[in-house]
Amino acid sequence: MIWIDTIVQGILLGGLYALFALGLSLVFGIMRLVNLAHGDLIVLAAYLILVLVTLLGLGPFMAALLAAPIMFGIGWALQRLVLNRVLGPDILPPLLVTFGLSVLLQNALQEAFSADSRRIPAGWLETSSVSLGPVSLGLMPLLTFASAILVTLALQWLFYRTALGRAFRATSDDPTTASLMGVKPEAIFAKATGIAMVVVTIAALYLGTRANFDPTIGPARLIYAFEAVIIGGLGSLWGTLAGGVIIGVAQTVGAQINPEWQILAGHVAFLVVLLVRPRGLFPRAFD
Amino acid sequence: MPAILSLKDVSKSFGALTVTDSVTFDVPEGQALGIIGPNGAGKSTLFNLITGNLSADKGRIEYDGRDVTKVPPMQRCLSGIGRSFQIPQPFDRLTVFETLLVSATHGRGAPEREVEDDCAAILERTELIGVANRPSGTLTLLQRKRLELARAMATRPKLLLLDEIAGGLTEGECIALVETIRAIHAEGVTIIWIEHVLHALTSVVERLLVLDFGKIIGIGDPDEIMASREVREIYLGIEI
Repeated sequence: MIWIDTIVQGILLGGLYALFALGLSLVFGIMRLVNLAHGDLIVLAAYLILVLVTLLGLGPFMAALLAAPIMFGIGWALQRLVLNRVLGPDILPPLLVTFGLSVLLQNALQEAFSADSRRIPAGWLETSSVSLGPVSLGLMPLLTFASAILVTLALQWLFYRTALGRAFRATSDDPTTASLMGVKPEAIFAKATGIAMVVVTIAALYLGTRANFDPTIGPARLIYAFEAVIIGGLGSLWGTLAGGVIIGVAQTVGAQINPEWQILAGHVAFLVVLLVRPRGLFPRAFD
Repeated sequence: MPAILSLKDVSKSFGALTVTDSVTFDVPEGQALGIIGPNGAGKSTLFNLITGNLSADKGRIEYDGRDVTKVPPMQRCLSGIGRSFQIPQPFDRLTVFETLLVSATHGRGAPEREVEDDCAAILERTELIGVANRPSGTLTLLQRKRLELARAMATRPKLLLLDEIAGGLTEGECIALVETIRAIHAEGVTIIWIEHVLHALTSVVERLLVLDFGKIIGIGDPDEIMASREVREIYLGIEI
């Protein structure tokens, strides 16, 4: 019975990892940009929500709703002013720039908020749970997982059912040809990063309410996000969700065997998938 | 007829190799101009200079009375320069209809619902309506060539650049495609067409330009050009 509980908790935890990863997957899928500051941007969004909660006395969900458009703006401006300039056939410049951004964000957050670890207060939600037969599920983990599914569905809809999504796919296939059709890749990329930052805000909401965070935890979240994206197969949104779940389950199962093995088990699962399916579980038909 | 496109002394080099050498010519509005020349003569480079994918080292390109020498490709597209690629470059992840929607909405700056009917009409005309919902990556060669044409048409071009669109097709396919191009030209679209399949080309164009080593070695009436000794020697390799 304990194993059912472990696996269910793992699946729900996977929802959080999927949320970390979906923004990264979106940006990589559209512009082949690996954003090394992705984890730090999640932490930035968590602090933003914390500030809104503290200053305005809002609940965390309202604060996230307010933070989302701000983060969209930050993502849009970041792409327009910085990242668009370094995108090109050479993959090194964007890596260097986002690495620099990661260092900058960590230090700026440390300067502003100190190195103390913080948490976004979520009131009664933190301790609420529902019982499903023998398994007791926390309300926050359930909400996290539901959000991950909703975000995946929303992104899937955006990608395959809207004019913007068609432009995303056309630009991701071939920005040069797309620009000859009148598509402006720079503008498309800016919107994509903006949307990724909205997903980042949702991830930050659950990260910040479920765990303590401090300015330096970004890179570790980036690793989880990376692993989820790669397990799922680059560019596949459902694959990313599956990747998050696999890491989550591996972690809780590992922790069940030996509490010290939680993190290690997640990474081992990643390596195993990489050995067996180097292109991930659901690789895109065309690359 | 005023010139819709005019190149003045345009040059482009890659290192020591001059691929476009002081090229000067005009294309009057509504004309169909064919461009021929041996492989490596700089024909596709010329197109890239006109669309803005390459920038000229020297000279001036005017389109529709405006100097566009420094204008980026996307804006040239918006102002009415459409192009098909020599090697079809479909958007693999979009269906045929979606490809046209993207081209039409972005190429004209109009919302999707306003261009849907027109996109369907273009698919009808280019005989792609039957595969409208297939992913572009799964099309046959003729269908890909047609999609290149349809995609360029969706931006509602005033000037249409066709890059070896008949290459690699069978005789029957070629004739069908030429009919479509002729119909587009009859609507008043100015066409510049690079082609090795000469009979396809000469059945549509009113004027022929011959390029060799980046230089224009002849421009004028197709029959006269093809009869000229220099062209026959260089292009057809016939010693007379």
